[in-house]
Amino acid sequence: MGVEAYMAVAGVLFALGIVCIISRRNILYVLMGVEMILNAANINFVAFNRYGNGGMEGRMFAIFVIILAAAEAAIALAIVLNVFHLFQSVRPSEADILRD
Amino acid sequence: MNTLTAFDYKLLLAVPLIPLCGYVIQIFFGRNLPRKGDWLLTGGMFVVMCITVYMFFSKALGHEGTLPFWNESAATEGGPVFRWLYDSSAVSSDRNLVAGILYDGLGATMLMVVGVVSFLVHLFATGYMHGDRRYHIFFANISLFTFAMLGLVLSDNILFLFVFWELMGLMSYLLIGHFSHDPTSSRIKFAAAACKKAFLTTRVGDTCLFFGMAMFYFLLPREYNELVGQGLIEGDTVLSSFRFSELWQMTGAIVEAHGGDYPAWMTVAGLFTFGGTVGKSAQFPLHIWLPDAMEGPTPVSAMIHAATMVAAGVYLLGRMFPMMSPTTLQFVMAIGGITAIFAATIGCTVNDIKGVLAYSTISQLGFMVAAIGTGGLGIVAGLFHMVTHAFFKACLFLSAGSVIHGCHHEQDMRKMGGLRKMMPITFAAMLVCTLAIAGMPLFAGYYSKDRIIASAIESVLTQWRGGNVFVMVVLPLAAMLTTFYMFRLIFMTFFGEYRGGHDDHGHGAHGHDDHAGHDAHAGHDGHGHDHDGHHGHAHTPHESPTNMAIPLIVLGLLGVFGGHMWLTGDPLSDYGTWFTKLVRWEDMYVLPDGTSLQLLKMNMLEVSEHNHHVGHIWAVGVSLTVLVLGVLAAWWMYISKRQDSEAGSGDTAALFPIPAQVTGKLGLVYEAVRDKYYIDEFVNATVIRGTMVAARVQSWIDSNIVDGLVVGTGKTARGFGFLCGWVDKHIVDGAVNWVGNTTQAFSSVVRLFQTGRIQQYISFAVGGALLVAAFHILT
Repeated sequence: MGVEAYMAVAGVLFALGIVCIISRRNILYVLMGVEMILNAANINFVAFNRYGNGGMEGRMFAIFVIILAAAEAAIALAIVLNVFHLFQSVRPSEADILRD
Repeated sequence: MNTLTAFDYKLLLAVPLIPLCGYVIQIFFGRNLPRKGDWLLTGGMFVVMCITVYMFFSKALGHEGTLPFWNESAATEGGPVFRWLYDSSAVSSDRNLVAGILYDGLGATMLMVVGVVSFLVHLFATGYMHGDRRYHIFFANISLFTFAMLGLVLSDNILFLFVFWELMGLMSYLLIGHFSHDPTSSRIKFAAAACKKAFLTTRVGDTCLFFGMAMFYFLLPREYNELVGQGLIEGDTVLSSFRFSELWQMTGAIVEAHGGDYPAWMTVAGLFTFGGTVGKSAQFPLHIWLPDAMEGPTPVSAMIHAATMVAAGVYLLGRMFPMMSPTTLQFVMAIGGITAIFAATIGCTVNDIKGVLAYSTISQLGFMVAAIGTGGLGIVAGLFHMVTHAFFKACLFLSAGSVIHGCHHEQDMRKMGGLRKMMPITFAAMLVCTLAIAGMPLFAGYYSKDRIIASAIESVLTQWRGGNVFVMVVLPLAAMLTTFYMFRLIFMTFFGEYRGGHDDHGHGAHGHDDHAGHDAHAGHDGHGHDHDGHHGHAHTPHESPTNMAIPLIVLGLLGVFGGHMWLTGDPLSDYGTWFTKLVRWEDMYVLPDGTSLQLLKMNMLEVSEHNHHVGHIWAVGVSLTVLVLGVLAAWWMYISKRQDSEAGSGDTAALFPIPAQVTGKLGLVYEAVRDKYYIDEFVNATVIRGTMVAARVQSWIDSNIVDGLVVGTGKTARGFGFLCGWVDKHIVDGAVNWVGNTTQAFSSVVRLFQTGRIQQYISFAVGGALLVAAFHILT
C-alpha cells in the first residue's frame, strides 16, 4: 500500500466535497463541502510528506491549512449570517444578485 | 518784464480753479443744497471777479515803465507750470509739454472782462432761470464754461488754448440744449436741433484749427532749423513748441531770413487757423449756428454767444496774428467784411428780439475780424472792440432777457411796445448800450468802432488793394445798418403802446390799448410793480427783480465808461484810451528772450503819421454820419409814421406803414434778406443733402456689398459645417456606435453564463478543470 491509496482516499474525499458544494441546497452543507476539500488536500500533504524526501514541510502545510480552515469557517459563518439576514434564506441559489 | 510775484500767480491759478471746484460740487450735490446751490457758484464767481479786477487794476493797468507788461510763468523761476507727458530725464525732448500762465495786457483785459461778465450773468441767471427744472445743472454747466474760458485766456500755449476751446464748445452745446431736456418746454425740438447744429458747425472750424496748429507745431521748427543749418538764422536749433512766445520767435526769425516774405505753407496754416475763428466766432459761411443758438437760455446767449466764447475766435486771431501772412490777412479781412455787412442786413429784418442781437453779434464779430485783417493798427482796434463789445452786447442780451422775462417769455418784437414806462431800468440800460453799439461819441463802442473804420481807411490810403477798398466801403455801411436795426429794436420794443396780451381778451380789430385796467389780479411774482395806474394785470409786462437789475446797471455803466475809463488827453482821440495804453502794438508780442517782435518787418502795414491822421478824421466824420443816418431812418420808419390806432389789431404792416412799403418795393431782395440769403437752405441742399446721399450710398454698399461678403462667408461656413456634421454623425458616430453595438451583442451571449449562483460557477470551474485534465490524459 503506497502513496496511491492515500491519494485515492483524498480523491474520493475531494469528489464528495465537490458534489456536496454543488448539489446541497443549504449553505451550511456547502461550507462542510469546503472543509472536506481542504481535508482532502491535507491528506495529500501528509501523504507526500511521508513518502517524500523526509522533510517536515508537508506536515507544516497541513497544520497551516487546518488553521486557515478554522479562520475561513469563522468568516464563512459570519457571511452566512449576513446572507440570511439579507435574503431571509440560507439557500445559495437564492443569493444570486451578483448576476446584476 | 515779469512783475508778478509768486502770490500773484497763485491768485491767477485760483481764477479758473474756483469755477471748476464749484462745478464739481454743484454737479454732485447741487440738487440738495439750499437754493439748489446758485449762491455757491455766484459767490465763487464774485471772488473770481474780485481777483481779476484787482489784478487788472493793480498789476496790468498800474504797470509803469517803458517795458511792456508781460508775464509768463514758464519763463519765471518757480512760476506755476503744468508738465504734461514730461520726461525729466530727457529735458530737451520734443515731446515734453509745459503749460503755464501767460498774463499780458491783452490777457489781463480779457480775463477781467470774462470775470466781470461771468459774475453778472451768474447773478442775472439766479433771477432769470428761477423755477427752471434743471436749475442746478444749468449753474453747473455755466460754471464749467467759465472755467474753460478763463483757462483759455490764461493759456500760454496753443495746445491748451485748443483744449479749453473744445471744452467751451461742449459747454455751449449743453447750454444751448438746456431746454431740450425739459418735456414741458414747447421749444424742446428746436433746442435739440440748435445745439446739434452749433456743435457740428463749430466742429468744422475746430478741425481746421487743429490742422493749422499741427502745421505750426511741426513745420515751424523744421523750417527754422533748416535755416539755421544754412546759416541764414544765427543761433541754435530749436525744439517743437506750442508756446506762443516761441512760435512768434521762430516766425519772426524765419520771415526775417526770407527777407520779409512768408513761406507759402504758412499762408495755408494761417488759413486753417483762421478756420477755427470762422467756426467759433460765427464768421461767414459758418455763422449759421449762432442765430439758432438763441434757443438757449438768455443768460447763456449773453455770456457765451455774445461776450466771451465767440470772442475767443478773435482772441485766437490776436494771439496768432504774427503767424498770419499778408495773403492770409487779406482773406481774413474779406471774410470779416462780408460777415459784417451781410449779418447787418439780416438783422434789419428779424422780428425776434434775440435774433436781432444774434445777427448784430455776428456783424460786430465781422468788424473785429475785418479790423485784424487790415494788418495795421487794426489789430489793436479789433481786440479793443472785442472788449467793449463784450460789455455792451452782454448788457443788450441781458436787457433782452429782462424784456422776455417781463413779457412772460414773449420774444416777438411785434407783440411788445411801450415797455419804456413799465421797465425803466431795462430801458435805460438797453438805450445806453444801443448808443454804445451805434458808436455814439463818448460811449464805449465809439472808441473801438471808430478805430476800426479808421484802420480800414488807413489801409486803403497806405495800400490800394481791392480787399481794403471793399472793407472800407462795407464797414461804414454795416455800421449804419447796425444803428438802424438797434434803434428799430428800441423803437419797436420800448416806444408806442403795448401790443402784447391781446389774444386772451378778444379785442376788436381797432381795440385801443386800454386793456391794462380791467379784470386784473394784483401781485404776480410778488415784486410790486407799479405801471402808472395799471393794477398788476396778469399779462402786463413788469420790471425785473433786483438781482436781474443789478447786472443791467453795472454792464450799462461799463457800456458807457468801458471805452474811455482813465482817459488821458483828448476824449475824441483814439490814442487816449486805456486799452491802447495797455496793449501797445509796438510790443504786443514779447519773445522768450525778452525783446518784442518787430511787427513792422513782418505783416504789419506801416501807417504813416499823415495817413493815420487823415484816416482818423475821416473815420470820425463817417461814424457820426452813419450814426445820424441810421437813427433818422429808424425814427422815420418806426416812430414818426407809426399808426397807434392800429396797435391792437396785431397787424404790423398797418402799424408801421413805411417799413411795409419799403419792403414791398424791395420785393425779392427783401425776401432774400429776410430768409437769411437762403444760406441755411443752401447748406441743407448741399452739405446736409450731400451727407445724406453719401450716407445712403454707403448704406447701400454696406447692405449689399459688405453685408453680402459677410453673409457669403457665413453661408460658406454653414455649408462646411453641414458637411462636417454629416461626417461626424455618420462616419465617426457610426464607428463608435458599431463598437458599442458589437460589444453589446457579444455580451448578451456571454451574459447567459452569469447567473449569479455560486454553485453553478463552481460546476463550471470543476467541469473546466475536468476538461483540461481529460485533455491532458487523452493526449
